[in-house]
Amino acid sequence: MFVTQISVFLENSPGRLAEFTKLLKDSNIDLVSLSIGDTTDFGIIRAVMSDTEKAMKVITEAGYTARLNDVLAAEVPDCPGGLDSVVQTLSASGISIEYLYSFVRSEGKNAVIIFRVQELEKGAAVLEKSGVHILTNEEVRSL
Amino acid sequence: MAIWNEKAENMDRDELRALQLEKLKKTVRTAYDHVALYRHKMDEAGVTPEDIGSLDDISKIPFTTKQDLREHYPFGLAAVPMRDIVRIHASSGTTGKPITACYTKKDLEMWAECIARVATAGGATADDIAQISFGYTLFTGAFGLHYGLEKIGCAIIPISSGNTERQLNIMKDFGTTVLIATPSYAMYMAEVAEKMGVMKDIHMKCGIFGAEASTEELRQELQRRWGCVVTENYGLTELLGPGVAGECMCRKGMHINEDYFYAEIIDPITGKVLPDGETGELVLTSLEREGQPSLRYRTRDITHIITEPCECGRTSHRIAKITGRSDDMLIIRGVNVFPSQIESVLLTMEGIGPNYEIVVTRHNYTDYLEVKVELIDAAMLDRFSDLENLQKKIVTALRTVVGIDIKVSLVSPSTLKRFEGKAKRVTDLR
Ligand SMILES: [Zn+2]
Repeated sequence: MFVTQISVFLENSPGRLAEFTKLLKDSNIDLVSLSIGDTTDFGIIRAVMSDTEKAMKVITEAGYTARLNDVLAAEVPDCPGGLDSVVQTLSASGISIEYLYSFVRSEGKNAVIIFRVQELEKGAAVLEKSGVHILTNEEVRSL
Repeated sequence: MAIWNEKAENMDRDELRALQLEKLKKTVRTAYDHVALYRHKMDEAGVTPEDIGSLDDISKIPFTTKQDLREHYPFGLAAVPMRDIVRIHASSGTTGKPITACYTKKDLEMWAECIARVATAGGATADDIAQISFGYTLFTGAFGLHYGLEKIGCAIIPISSGNTERQLNIMKDFGTTVLIATPSYAMYMAEVAEKMGVMKDIHMKCGIFGAEASTEELRQELQRRWGCVVTENYGLTELLGPGVAGECMCRKGMHINEDYFYAEIIDPITGKVLPDGETGELVLTSLEREGQPSLRYRTRDITHIITEPCECGRTSHRIAKITGRSDDMLIIRGVNVFPSQIESVLLTMEGIGPNYEIVVTRHNYTDYLEVKVELIDAAMLDRFSDLENLQKKIVTALRTVVGIDIKVSLVSPSTLKRFEGKAKRVTDLR
């Protein structure tokens, strides 16, 4: 039902991001999806990876502060208003979105959007009821 | 709350000052006549022992430093012939030559008296069984405490340091009620005791800890773990060893044995004497040492003098917890900042690791301080606001303690340098 995301803390200093992406490359870890949010001082990378367990092991062993958590991966029609209808559905049910980012890859005419909402179970139920397909970990990794 | 020597410890302040002046004159005279270093320094400054007419005149006497002691290693500061010396101790000397201390018979008696006062203030009585977990070596700690506790009438277990499991079994079997150790070793012992499951069979009354600086947080933790009162005491090989000052049950500063030591606080940069209550470097003059008198010795320890009367009834002034070493002091926008102050704040913060780095920079003639701390609590990665709040919380806490704005940077644990010996945490780029 939910997709596992890794959040990694990264300070905003020259070369830190390059160091991080090199670590993933050297360990043969594939990024399925990625977003970086930052302030002037630090950033948080949020990513879905091809092999979550391995990625988590490699990342924490390299000394990064990282955490796993569940997010919703929703299939949204790749057309004007596609994202809006999903956001409206969640909003109408009183579910607040903490952040969202879009998928690097997708299949066909639908886009995949990652949602982090406060009430995951409720969010998933509301979306599925409205006809939105929620992807599983397996589905996401096979994209 | 027992007092070992009421006459001395509760002495009227005017009477005490008169006594201090009398002893100071004698000490300066002896040092001038018998120790070449002091004579040269005073001659150079144009001061003679006759110039000491009041206690304030002490400021005319030049300071003595650790370097002076090193240069006159081993016995250049002895004021009596070796025939009259009955004991020699030395500091460990992690950098450079060790510092030596020579004692006459009378010095040892005075030392025992100083410790008897400190240990009584810390809760020890003739009914106690005191375990001395300091190494019985050249180091002043074990022998200093030993003879003072013996003077009180404690049953002493001279177990020395190391072999923690054996220490704990002895504590259990002999019924130790007073522990003498460094705070860090006492903490380690508590951890081992809990692991061994013997803590319930150990009934400590008081922990009298010293020989290294510690924080109030560590004291609270030690009191909780051992279930007893923990007091701290102060001393240094250069002056005597332990026994210069010690806390009473009120645990609000260490009472100075003022009839034996004259304490001043100076500005570490200008050398100017600061008024009571202001923070600066502690300077000590011995008032009754025969074997090796000290004139205005710069301890490099940063503290302030507390003059308010103590609830315990002792009239002696107290020195506050040592907050740092003057060698480590940074001057940021005119404010004296000690890395130890910053460390004490960081240690109380949740979510960050124990390692940190301080960077000092200067832009447009203004100094800036940045502290890098490691974010270790991954739970904070869920929300940006959690991280920003953590950052703000640290900035506020630092401002309260240090008095200036310090930039706080969160970094990942892999970023900061790791040290195998003494950590070098300050990078001054000015
Ligand atoms: Zn007191």
